[in-house]
Amino acid sequence: MQRERRPACQTGCIRLLVGILLLSAAGAARAQDPPEGDFSRVQPIFVERCYECHGPDQQESGLRFDRRDKALAGGDSGAWFVPGKAAESEIVRRITSDDYDRMPPPDDPKGPLSAEQIATIEAWIDAGAKWPEGKGTLSSHWAFQPIERPEPPAVKNESWVRNPIDRFVLSKLEKQGIAPSPEADRATLIKRLSYDLLGLPPSVEEVDAFVDDNSPDAYERLVDRLLDSPRFGERFARHWLDKARYADSDGYEKDRPRPDAWRYRDWVISAVNADMPLDQFTIEQLAGDLLPDATPMQQLATAFHRQTLTNTEGGTDQEEFRVAAIFDRVATTGTVWLGLTVGCAQCHSHKYDPIAHREYYQLFAFYNNGDETTTDVPLVGDPLIKWQRDKRAAERKLADLAPKLEKRRAELAAEVPAWEAELKAAESEPLAEHPIELVDAKSSGGAEIKRLSDGSYLIAGKNPDKDKLTITARTDLPKVSGFRIETLAHDSLGGKGPGRTGHGNFVLGELRVFAAAEQKFKPEDRVVLKTAEADYGQDGFPPEKAIDGDEKTGWAVGGQTGRDHHAQFFATGHIDTKKAPWLQLVLSQNYGGGHTLGRFRIMALTGGDPLRGIPQNVRDVLAVAADKRDARQQQTLVDYYLGRDEQLAKLADEVKQLKDRASAEPVMQVRVISQREKDRRTSHILDRGDFLSPAEEVQPGTPAVLSPLEPRSTERTDRLDLAHWLVDPANPLPRRVLVNQIWSHLFGRGIVRTMNDFGVRGEPPTHPQLLDWLACELAARSWSRKQLIRLIVGSATYRQSSAVREELAEVDPLNNLFYRQNRFRIEGEIVRDLALEVSGLLSDKIGGPSVFPPMPADVAALSYAGNFKWKESEGEDRYRRGMYTFFKRTAPHPNLLTFDCPDANTTCVERRASNTPLQALTMLNNETFVEASQAMAHRALELPAADDHQRLARAMQWCIARTPGAKEVAPFAELLSESRQYYAQHADEAKTAVGAYRPDGVPAEEAAAWVATMRMMMNLDEFLTRE
Amino acid sequence: MHKLIEQNRREFLTTAASGLGAVALAGAMEADGLLTSTAAASPVGDINPLAIKPPHFAPKAKSCIFIFMAGAPSHIDLFDPKPKLNELHGQKLPESMVKNVRFAFLKKDTATLMGSKRTFTPYGECGMELCDLLPHLGSVADDLLLVRGMHTDQFNHHPGQLLMQCGRAAFGLPCMGSWLTYGLGSESKNLPGYVVLTAGRGSSGGATLWQSGFLPSVYSGVLFRNQGEPVLNLKTPEGIPQALQRKGLDVLGRANQARFEEMHDPEIASRIASYELAFRMQAAAPELIDLSNETQATVDAYGLERKPESKGGRGGGPDQYRAFANNCLLARRMVERGVRFVNIIHASWDHHSNLDTELEFNAGMADQPVAALIKDLKQRGLLDETLVVWAGEFGRTPLGENRDGRDMVTGRDHHPFGFSIFLAGGGIKGGQVYGETDEIGWAPVKDPVHINDFQATLLHLFGMDHLRLTHRFQGRDFRLTDVGGNVIDAWLA
Repeated sequence: MQRERRPACQTGCIRLLVGILLLSAAGAARAQDPPEGDFSRVQPIFVERCYECHGPDQQESGLRFDRRDKALAGGDSGAWFVPGKAAESEIVRRITSDDYDRMPPPDDPKGPLSAEQIATIEAWIDAGAKWPEGKGTLSSHWAFQPIERPEPPAVKNESWVRNPIDRFVLSKLEKQGIAPSPEADRATLIKRLSYDLLGLPPSVEEVDAFVDDNSPDAYERLVDRLLDSPRFGERFARHWLDKARYADSDGYEKDRPRPDAWRYRDWVISAVNADMPLDQFTIEQLAGDLLPDATPMQQLATAFHRQTLTNTEGGTDQEEFRVAAIFDRVATTGTVWLGLTVGCAQCHSHKYDPIAHREYYQLFAFYNNGDETTTDVPLVGDPLIKWQRDKRAAERKLADLAPKLEKRRAELAAEVPAWEAELKAAESEPLAEHPIELVDAKSSGGAEIKRLSDGSYLIAGKNPDKDKLTITARTDLPKVSGFRIETLAHDSLGGKGPGRTGHGNFVLGELRVFAAAEQKFKPEDRVVLKTAEADYGQDGFPPEKAIDGDEKTGWAVGGQTGRDHHAQFFATGHIDTKKAPWLQLVLSQNYGGGHTLGRFRIMALTGGDPLRGIPQNVRDVLAVAADKRDARQQQTLVDYYLGRDEQLAKLADEVKQLKDRASAEPVMQVRVISQREKDRRTSHILDRGDFLSPAEEVQPGTPAVLSPLEPRSTERTDRLDLAHWLVDPANPLPRRVLVNQIWSHLFGRGIVRTMNDFGVRGEPPTHPQLLDWLACELAARSWSRKQLIRLIVGSATYRQSSAVREELAEVDPLNNLFYRQNRFRIEGEIVRDLALEVSGLLSDKIGGPSVFPPMPADVAALSYAGNFKWKESEGEDRYRRGMYTFFKRTAPHPNLLTFDCPDANTTCVERRASNTPLQALTMLNNETFVEASQAMAHRALELPAADDHQRLARAMQWCIARTPGAKEVAPFAELLSESRQYYAQHADEAKTAVGAYRPDGVPAEEAAAWVATMRMMMNLDEFLTRE
Repeated sequence: MHKLIEQNRREFLTTAASGLGAVALAGAMEADGLLTSTAAASPVGDINPLAIKPPHFAPKAKSCIFIFMAGAPSHIDLFDPKPKLNELHGQKLPESMVKNVRFAFLKKDTATLMGSKRTFTPYGECGMELCDLLPHLGSVADDLLLVRGMHTDQFNHHPGQLLMQCGRAAFGLPCMGSWLTYGLGSESKNLPGYVVLTAGRGSSGGATLWQSGFLPSVYSGVLFRNQGEPVLNLKTPEGIPQALQRKGLDVLGRANQARFEEMHDPEIASRIASYELAFRMQAAAPELIDLSNETQATVDAYGLERKPESKGGRGGGPDQYRAFANNCLLARRMVERGVRFVNIIHASWDHHSNLDTELEFNAGMADQPVAALIKDLKQRGLLDETLVVWAGEFGRTPLGENRDGRDMVTGRDHHPFGFSIFLAGGGIKGGQVYGETDEIGWAPVKDPVHINDFQATLLHLFGMDHLRLTHRFQGRDFRLTDVGGNVIDAWLA
């Protein structure tokens, strides 16, 4: 069954329609091609086409292309090139051969080298085959080089430069003879900044104020205001939550909710708002628990890596999924901080990047002793308010109940002498059993009930899985002390009974008795059965289990089936059957599997020991004369008597619960990671990533290609060391990667376009010096996210217009040179936020538990066995920002997925912005957007406006953040007038269209026409696009 | 490239005002063969990412109906008769066989083999043996390729289902339907290229079974619903007549067009195209699910009005019969309208207990409509180009399931080492049984087929080389068949 497994990492490279990513590769190459014959042109070909067999893992024929010394030394059969003479070089013969010895081999699915690749290699050999020192080893890759602060270059057009960023950009543009785009107009700038930094549109007033503000620092003050807004924290937290693969459920089949997950989301929002330095931000999330005197909030931060999936599907091996979660932690750390596809080294050494199989498991080892645990964190927000409310309520109730409890105690204590006298007086009547008059018997499971001549019942016919027999009876006895259930053998039953399973067993789950004056039974007629005894009870199934209030436990006779048994159940005191001669006995048999009674008889009991059920120590006290008892003995008696009173028990229980509630700490439990101290695991290389195949042991360590790890102590290396290493100034990668991420949120793409791959197969930065300069600035600005953003948005580069320049379509179609800003559709959560904001519905509440905005019911039902119910939030929570929508991994809210929100199963450092008909349908017809258009129409109709045009123009301003021209308003005026005509004749439809949002004094027909118009305004491309 | 933008812009400007701009635009893009590698690199290339793209070589199949029996039906009770297993009923397996094997629930120490209550009959000229619960499928046996030597790597549901749909038990990967529409586009102008139909209870994998992973979301499966509007948000809101919807879209189109003239961003043209396709879908999807023009004979053939005779279906309810038959019929209608990949998901096959009654219920549900679908496609001349697949994520144990806390053994546990699937049409050589498991149905002894092999062959039928249909993500060229996959020549007609 051995299959030939061909690693995909090595195969297939037909670039079908990959569009943007690939084109940019070509574009980047064009923008900064090294001269012909240069080594840097052939190296990518070696990586792509030769490494698989002649690289780090395999050196077929003794030849390897990943190290200069080995490459120049040649293979087993000698030199493979003759410097300066391509035509005489073996490699050229092989790559151009049509024969069996062609390289790459004829069965390589990627086929032979392209003519262009062959020409490149020939040119390199002809130019002398120069292989510079240190090149060709993977560690010479740009991303792994130390960062040296580049000097911003000189430019001709000094006046364009606002800060050094612009020098890096402009100098490249000037080399290409391309002028930067003009600055965007002021309205566009404030809209752009509001979308980028808050994810919300600016208000008309804000736009007007900024457009009219002629002070030289107007722009900077605007940026400061936005960065200070708590909405900024939400915006950039959501970017980070993509990377944290944040969700509100476990994932996998059962996908259970994680009701505490939001605490981590809140943590991120506050950290961003407080501008926690990115190095600290990194350390707390990866190793907050290991910090000295870690605060609860620092422990909470480790929930970053607690966002991994949990598989509770039946029959899973928990170790397998624990290891899978660690794989994910390693991969996520690699992608988010290193920009490397570390996960590739899980099964074998990385094909392209310098991460050995062994090094992968050294990273694994850091996480292997981080256990999934919980910790207490202080309550905040709504839950804290609720806690305070509950506490006050509990205290109030306690004040009310405590005296009642005392009163009842006193009452009962006073009754003790009388009770004792009664006991003494009660002559010990002998126990006797009596038949009762059976009136009726019913089976809930549809079994057949036969009365036999001896007064017993025989159950026949269908044997339901579970059953409940309800028997109505009458007695003439004046008082009854209990009931006897005789279970009897019978030849018709499997194993002769007395039960109905194949082997004759039954489980009497619960016996309930009611006594009433008429043949009508109410809950308060219930007779409490206190004691039970039987001639036999199966192990674990004694008769007491039939009166313990638990349906799942019961009395059974397994081991002694095939013969008669009986059990007797006694009430406390006597049942006054003179007053209440009607009896109902309910025999529940809910154990399942057909464990029901087969044949039985019910008898009433009278008499018996009056001290029955009274424990020996109490009896001992009773035996002592009242005046001879000491205080302790007296207390025993009172305690016992008090303990029998249900009312008191209920009261006491309630008081205890209230006390617990009143004294509870205002904390909640959250899922976090904490370091395993006992039974620490050793880590091993796992053969091919299989958790059942541990190989050689490894210690925590970091890839050799990057700066060395400097652990705090040589005895133990842990996650905190890993976190410190990531933000160590000597480590070049994380800063480059983090800076690139922030840049991408402000330009729609990174300086390294392959956000998740800084490795050899990724694209090189379009502006390598700019990237490094920004990385230096980050460190110089104390790793401040806000300062870095302030710097970037302050540049002339950021402030350019985003209009497409067709004259450059051929030179640089993807704007790799940043000769303009980019236009892109905003994210799924923000699409909704914008619509709610312009309609005036958006809640401004920040943080707190996830919410459940409207969603079609059958979406939740799609999850496993329909085990998930989406209970729609009410009030303000229906209108919270999209980032607070409960995220169920196997059934996410469709509005989110339709707009490319990540699925939270793996880390995501780059979102797509697709453009599909399903998005159009959502915007046009989805409940949330329909309601938003109704509310927006309401808001528009309440404007003090002179005429339709003014009103329409103002509403349009909400959406596009600029004053529209008359020509732009005209089509909407047309739509409004056509809608008016329609609704004038369709009053009923008008009412439906308006919903709950008709302003006072406006006819439904008029309001509906506005709804139909606002709806389309909300669909404007300009509204949904950050320009 | 410049020429392209210019040309599209002109097309757009001259026709968009009529509201037909986008249609004409999309058409123009297709006619331009916008899908060759150079055009793919154009920034306007994603105006219609579902436009038809040429395969690697001549295809046999154009559409696929993938009937995913999630939960995993028992191969030894439905497709793979094992008289020897009945003989060995009640016996333990030699320790050597179970030593290194993991099970989900079953207790190895005490488990014993459990024979099948089913009887098997040879069907068709090929004499394919199927169980007594599958007489209708028996009647199309000569069109079926029954694969008895399947095996997989996963024995828990969700990972197993991911492997079947995405080629590997991992998250974030595209499903088969995503790969196909990504590679080939879709012939349907008014409907999504990849549609999902469900009936009964939800599957373990939920929405992860039709996500596009690292491919753009336009390649995700679009769920058609069993109740209410067939596609989420398809219906124009209450109180908005279709005439105003049209007028509104015209106005919107004009406004967006004005912005396009200002910004020259092809994404705006793409947005207009999306809104127009949405509008067409509003008409096309209800027409699709409207079965009123199907003949009574067709309705009867699919058994649309049948009701279950027994209880079962693991909580899915008696409506499953209708829903499942309905989905089979809808699948044919979708294929007729050019939908590339239809995935019917039915998740009621996880029979740890009550195996016999559950099989009666579920096979009773599936047998007639699936057979009717195959016959119907054949009669309409569509079977040759439509691949029909029936598969679960794994099989079930020859051992009876003796789970703790249950005193009766009435079911079977998860079994990844051997199971059966069948295929029909789409260039498959029917009337054959491929592969063989051992005497108790434990593992293949002849012609084993890994799920990746099945997937490689499926792509092959569509004219795609599974090694060449790749997408680079995070520096790696991913493919549907992960690191495996061999095309099985014997399956090809």
